[in-house]
This record gives sequence, C-alpha cells and structure tokens, in this order.
Amino acid sequence: MKSIPVSTTINGDACEFLCAPDETLLDALRNRLGLTGAKEGCGTGDCGACSVTLNGRLVCSCLVLGVEAEGAEITTIEGMADGDELHPLQRHFIDHAALQCGVCTPGILVAAKALLEKNPEPSDEEVRYWLAGNLCRCTGYDKIIRAVQAAAAEMRGA
Amino acid sequence: MSLDEYRKREFKQVGQRVRRPDGVDKVTGRAMYGADATAPGMLVGRILRSPHAHARIRGIDTSAAEALKGVKAVLTGADLPAQEDDFIRDVQDNCMARDKALYDGHAVAAVAAVDAATARAALKLIKVDYEVLPHVTDVDVAIKPGAPVVQKGRSLENVPAGMSENVTSHCEFGHGDPAAGFARADHVVERHFRTAATHQGYIEPHAALASVTSDGKAELWCCTQGQFFVRTLCAAIMGMEASQLRVTASEIGGGFGGKTTVFIEPVALALSRKAGRPVKIVMTRDEVFRATGPTVHTSTDVKIGMTKDGRITAAEAHLRYSGGAFPCGTVDMGAQAAFAAYDLEHVRTYGWNVLTNRPKEAAYRAPGAPQSIYAVESVVDELCQHFGLDPIDVRLKNAARKGTKSSYGPTFPDIGLIATLEAAKKHPHYSAPLQPGQGRGISCGFWFNFGGNSCVSLNINTDGTVGVTEGNPDIGGSRASISLMAAEELGIEYDRVRTIVADTSSLGYNDVTDGSRVTFAVGLATIKAAREAVRVMCGRAAKIWGIDAEAVEWKDGAAVPAGPNAGKFPPMSLAEIAAVSFETGGPIAGHHEVNVDGAGVSFGVHIVDVEVDKETGQTTVLRYTVFQDAGKAVHPSYVEGQMQGGAVQGIGWALNEEYIYGADGRLQNPGFLDYRVPVASDLPMIDTVILEIPNPGHPYGVRGVGETGIVPPLAAISNAVSRSAGIRLSELPMSPPRVLKALGG
Repeated sequence: MKSIPVSTTINGDACEFLCAPDETLLDALRNRLGLTGAKEGCGTGDCGACSVTLNGRLVCSCLVLGVEAEGAEITTIEGMADGDELHPLQRHFIDHAALQCGVCTPGILVAAKALLEKNPEPSDEEVRYWLAGNLCRCTGYDKIIRAVQAAAAEMRGA
Repeated sequence: MSLDEYRKREFKQVGQRVRRPDGVDKVTGRAMYGADATAPGMLVGRILRSPHAHARIRGIDTSAAEALKGVKAVLTGADLPAQEDDFIRDVQDNCMARDKALYDGHAVAAVAAVDAATARAALKLIKVDYEVLPHVTDVDVAIKPGAPVVQKGRSLENVPAGMSENVTSHCEFGHGDPAAGFARADHVVERHFRTAATHQGYIEPHAALASVTSDGKAELWCCTQGQFFVRTLCAAIMGMEASQLRVTASEIGGGFGGKTTVFIEPVALALSRKAGRPVKIVMTRDEVFRATGPTVHTSTDVKIGMTKDGRITAAEAHLRYSGGAFPCGTVDMGAQAAFAAYDLEHVRTYGWNVLTNRPKEAAYRAPGAPQSIYAVESVVDELCQHFGLDPIDVRLKNAARKGTKSSYGPTFPDIGLIATLEAAKKHPHYSAPLQPGQGRGISCGFWFNFGGNSCVSLNINTDGTVGVTEGNPDIGGSRASISLMAAEELGIEYDRVRTIVADTSSLGYNDVTDGSRVTFAVGLATIKAAREAVRVMCGRAAKIWGIDAEAVEWKDGAAVPAGPNAGKFPPMSLAEIAAVSFETGGPIAGHHEVNVDGAGVSFGVHIVDVEVDKETGQTTVLRYTVFQDAGKAVHPSYVEGQMQGGAVQGIGWALNEEYIYGADGRLQNPGFLDYRVPVASDLPMIDTVILEIPNPGHPYGVRGVGETGIVPPLAAISNAVSRSAGIRLSELPMSPPRVLKALGG
C-alpha cells in the first residue's frame, strides 16, 4: 500500500506526515510523530486510553484513520499544559492522587477537558457517564471524579 | 530492641499527602511506558498463537515466512534450549510451546520484520501441523479420573492415588478435631461454591524492546513488576550471564500481579539475537486476555458449625483451584487464608491444584484469598441469618487477635482485625436506614503481606539534597512513599529527596513488586540506608569538631553534640555537612541490603449496600465503605487509592468479570467489550477508613496495604444480594443472567 501525505494541525502547530491508508491516527501519532502520550489499551475503542480531540470532538484515536486528520485540528495530552503551566485538571489530578499507574491518565484528562468545555458544572453522575468510556483499573474512579470536580470548580472561579 | 522493630514516634513527613515525583510526567504524557520506547533499526515482533485448546504440534513449516521480503527472523520452540529446572521450563514453555499447544492463545511461533504489516503477513505464511487433542477447561471436570490429561507426569507425591493426573499437588492446613467441633454446633452449614477466572485487566498491554548485540550483551526494556526477576528468567532461557543482560523497567501501566513473570520478553530477546537488530513486541488486548495470567478458577466446599449464640465450633474447607495448563501453588495460599480472620479451636483446609487447558495463572492481588474467603464469609453470613445474629457481632466474637493460633500455623502478634470490625460497627454507614429492596452485606478480608529481598542506595548530594535509588517499579505512588520515609529519617523536607527506580545493572537484587511488599520492605531498607548515611554524617561532624563520633547524634536534620560533655558546637545540618564532604573524607552515602522478614498481616472489613433489579437481574452498588489496617499510612491518599482500587476490582469480580470458554475450548470474550470491568458510571464513591495498628516488624509500623482490599467485596456483595433479593448465590460472578436464574426468571 502506498503511503498518503497528510497535512494537519496538532496542538496548534502545523504538521505533515505520511501514513498508510489503513493506519490508525493513534499509530500515526505514536509511531510517526513521537506523540506517545496517547496509549493503546485495546485498539477497539473500549478503553479510552487513546482519547484525543478531532476538530473539537472527543474520539478514540485507535478508531480514526490517520488520513482522516487531513485538514483537521487535533489536540492530544501533549498540548494540554500551557508551556510549563499545567492545566487545572492536570494539577488537580496530581493533588488528589487521581492517578496510580497513570497509563489511563492522558486519555481521562483529554476526555475530562472535553466535558468541561461543554458542561462547566457537571454533576458527579454526568462526570461518571461522560468518563464511562475511559477505563481505569487502579483507582476505582473515586479520586478521579473528585479531581475533575475540583478542577471544574476552579475553572468556574468558584 | 532490634532496629527493625516498631517504636512509637511523632512523624513530620510520613503521613503527609505530598505530590508524587512522577506526577507531572504522568499528566503531561511524558512518562515512558512499555510500548513508548524505540531503538535505531528496530524491528516489529509478532507472535502466532494456537487456535486450539489442546493440540500436539507435529511440525511447523516456517520456510514461506522466512522467504518473505522484510522478514528478519522467525522463531519456534525448537530455537529455545532444553531446560532442566521444572519452574524455568514451565515459564519458557508458556512463552513458546514446545511439542503441545496447551490452551487457546498459546504461542507457537514468532517473527521479526521491518514493519507490522510484514510481520502480520509472515504469521499467515507459517504452517503449523496440529493434531487436535481432547481438551478440558473446567476444574470440576478435569479433576475426575478419565478427564483429558493436560500434562502427564506433573503430579507431586502427596497427591492421593486414584485421582486424575491433572491433579498436580495437594495441601492441608489446620489444627484440632473438626468432627468433634461440628458435634458441638447448634447448626452446621455446608455449601458448594464456584468462582470464575478473572483477569488483572491492567490497561497497558505487555510490551518489550530487546536489543542483543553480537558480543553477547543485551538490553531489555519492558513493563514489569520486577526487572530483576525478568533478568533471572530471561538469562536462564537465553543461556546468558546475568551481568550481560541489563533490564530496565519502564513506567508500568498497571500490573496487579499479572506482570510478575515473562511472556514476550524472552521471545523479543531471542528474535533480536537471531535478527541482529532490536526487536519490539507489543501485545494486543486479545493476546493479553488469551495468553497472559488470569486468576485460578475455583470450586470449593465450605462447612462451618456454630452455636446459637454465634461461636464457631469447627470449620472445614475443600478447595479445588485450577491455574491453567501448568502446575500452580495458588491453592496453598487460598487454603491458608480461608479462615485467617477467625480464632478457631478446630479448623482444617484441604487444597488441590488441577491442570486445565487454560492460560497459565499469574498472580492477581492477594492470589488465592478472594476465592476461599468468599466461600467462608458467605457461609458465616448464612449462619448469622439462620440465628438472626448481627454479622459484625458474630465476627467480633470469633475474631483472630494477638495470641491467636492462626488456621495456617503461626501465632498472630499485634493485628488489627478487632479494631477494624469495631470501626465498621460504629460507622454511620452500618446503621444507616435502607429502603425496601436494598440489602447490606459485610465481609472480612485478609492478606499475609510479603517482605523479601530489598536493596537501597541513598546518596547525600553536596547541595544538601538526597537521591534514593531503589529497584521496584512504582505502580501506585511508591516513589513518593520511599521519599517520605527517607526525609523522615534524615529530618529534611520531602521535596529535598528524589527517588528513582534503577535498572538491573545499577543495584543489587530486589524481589518483584508484589505481596504488598514495597512500602514495607523497601521502606525498611530505605530507613536503614538513611541511618547508615546519618552515621557517616555524624562521623564527619565529629571530625570537624575534633570529638569522638560516638559523642555526636542526629536531631531534626542536623548533627549535634550528644550531651554537655561532648562539647559545645552549633548544630551542623545535612546541607552543611554535605557541602564540605569532599574535604572531610569524600562523598556521603548510605546503603542497605536485606531479606526482610516481619511483614505484618493486614485485615479489612467492607460494608456494601446494593439493590437488585428483579426484572433485569442487575445489581447496583449504592454505597461502599472500606475499613483497613495500614499499620501506618505513609501517604494516606495512595493508601486510600489501594483500598478503593482493590474494592472496585472485587466489585467487578463479584458482578461481571469472568473468562467464558466455549465447548471448543476457546475463550469467548477476549476484549474489554465482553469482559466487562467496572466503569465510572457503575459505581458510587468508595469511602475509606484507615486504621493504624502498628506492625511490630517495621520501624514506623508500616503494613502492606495493596492486596487485602480485593478480598472482601466478593462475599460482601453476595451477602448484600441475599438480603436485597432473598436469594443466596454460590457462583461468581453474579451476572444478570445468573441472578435472574436464581430468582426463577
């Protein structure tokens, strides 16, 4: 299969890469661009560890083809902090011990940020349903929910 | 008094909820996990797996794969050496089948190619000539004479004659005369239970990057709970000297016991040696489910006698565990743990391990204990219901305490079970009103906790900061806990200490991160390494002051004269001593190497409220509280995290998770869609209450906390279901179809 050139924007920077027609966006990010923050936990869209946003929409990058990134705006975990200033979600995840092994954390942070952009004041239940596609095997989710709510409160200025 | 022993003290650093040192890397995507590393000229490795549950391999034709352009190496079991040692041979055979494929998913060949597409194409060109054999995947079928035999000649001498050759070992624990005890009971309940195999379900699939060079040296990067044990296994399989193989543990994306052995690591090394280039293998989720360690699946009979006022007169359990296609000792731990929470005059447990055509069991959080304690705690609860007694009162009446001769032999020192039960009893959750249709259950849980080989180096830097080098991968915040203990002992602030996890060439041997051993055992070695550094620093201060080293002591992070007779000198801080260390004798370090004994057992009690939907059979967990003895919680947030995470894995086990095999012996649900681990929307908050009953075997009183939490949920939820729906299930998971069936639907 012949590789296809793709022009896209990743975390605000223009970016070009070549990828095979059947190659996932996740593989392109990880293997061609060195953006290994998104993880492959299942490859079938069940675990959410590969979450990124594509034109503002939360997606599992293992279910998106690399060629679909043509002309799109992609954000990944690597683009969440503003330089050395952590995003409130990132800070509260550390402060609330909302990660143990940390491998699901990039996907959960990307998903939680997408939630708070749509709904700045979610109920615990709304957070739980929004994050139902992001598996965490270490924490039992308790501290994750608390960290998301603490970040949401800070972002609202509450 | 030995320095190992607990001494009461006021803590300044230990007990603080500090930020973990690897936190920023892990929230920014910078942390490097198993699959995140690359090497120049790296090849992609892929593994061909058996589609049959049991088949003789008559031959493997790899010629077409080898001829494919871009394929650089092909490997089969014939490329690996014959092994004398049973244990090593089993590990090797599990990584790559020799003459038989023993389960669906068993590796039979591997390739290394220039890219993934070529590697996948090459696997399709490998022709395996299988003679399909009869298979057995159920423990109760496999134990019967006449069942298909998974491996011949593996039974130990203690297996009674007349059993199937699949029975590989037998164990027995206990004391007293159960028959006499049962005769004194007012009521005896005997029940049969079964539990499904579950998977650890770590989100990160196994990954390994191996590089073997033509001079015989090798580098291995992999996600593991123990890089030193990986080196031991891989060196044996590769016929290498340990010094020539450097293993570096990546950040690890969950393990729970499942990353305490090797699966792909020797394969990657062997492919790299053959190809002369680095080789990376990353498992798919399907491979993780089919070919890495699930738990044992079990069949158990438990019999308990009780007087009408709630005293247990005798207890007995027969445990049949299957750890898949290879001999497995997990039943011994299940048999020892079964009645650990009880002070019993007459108790006996019997265990059998049985081979089946399933993947080789790997440890999973308190291996063996959840299954046996589920059965025991279910029967105790049924007896409470029979007599109308309060379940916590009955447990308090029979609870193991200091001086109890445990059901598995040792006499308990200070343990926290009674305090834990009392905390549960007086907690508002236990007395909160329930709505109609809701049920509340409780269960005790137990884990032994391990100590083991530990080796720590602690370097005092000239700017007054401290580097700690330890050898156990950090799965849940252990670098923070180790730094806290070093800071405490040295009398400096936490943020002056940085702890790193070393590769196998940089430090002496460390046992695997398992058995909840790291905060306890590596913590103990860290405290002693710090004491050694303090001794050196006191000596340097003595030299500067021109007094005897014995006349100097360490107080609040500084050397001070030990008393008025020692002389009058202002305190000299760690930073001040470090700054002049080059003039007083050279760099300052402390280190400690030890095989740690004295791990303190940990008990927990869980309370859960559930509601069973009688139309769908679905059980909803409404409220959950975990009580657990941590000895001393070094970092309380991560202790809570262990309690919460363990509870939720137990909830998954109780309600949904199971390995489902078809009549063809193939695993039917090797993916997260059909093997359903708990998701955020399934759960309430998991409340926690940490008890601190100091472990006499640790200077700060620390006990392991990682494993006990997975034990109680199985019975606690079953007991709650019985009170919610009026049905007592005896098989896990209590999935909706099984609940509906029990309801007569």
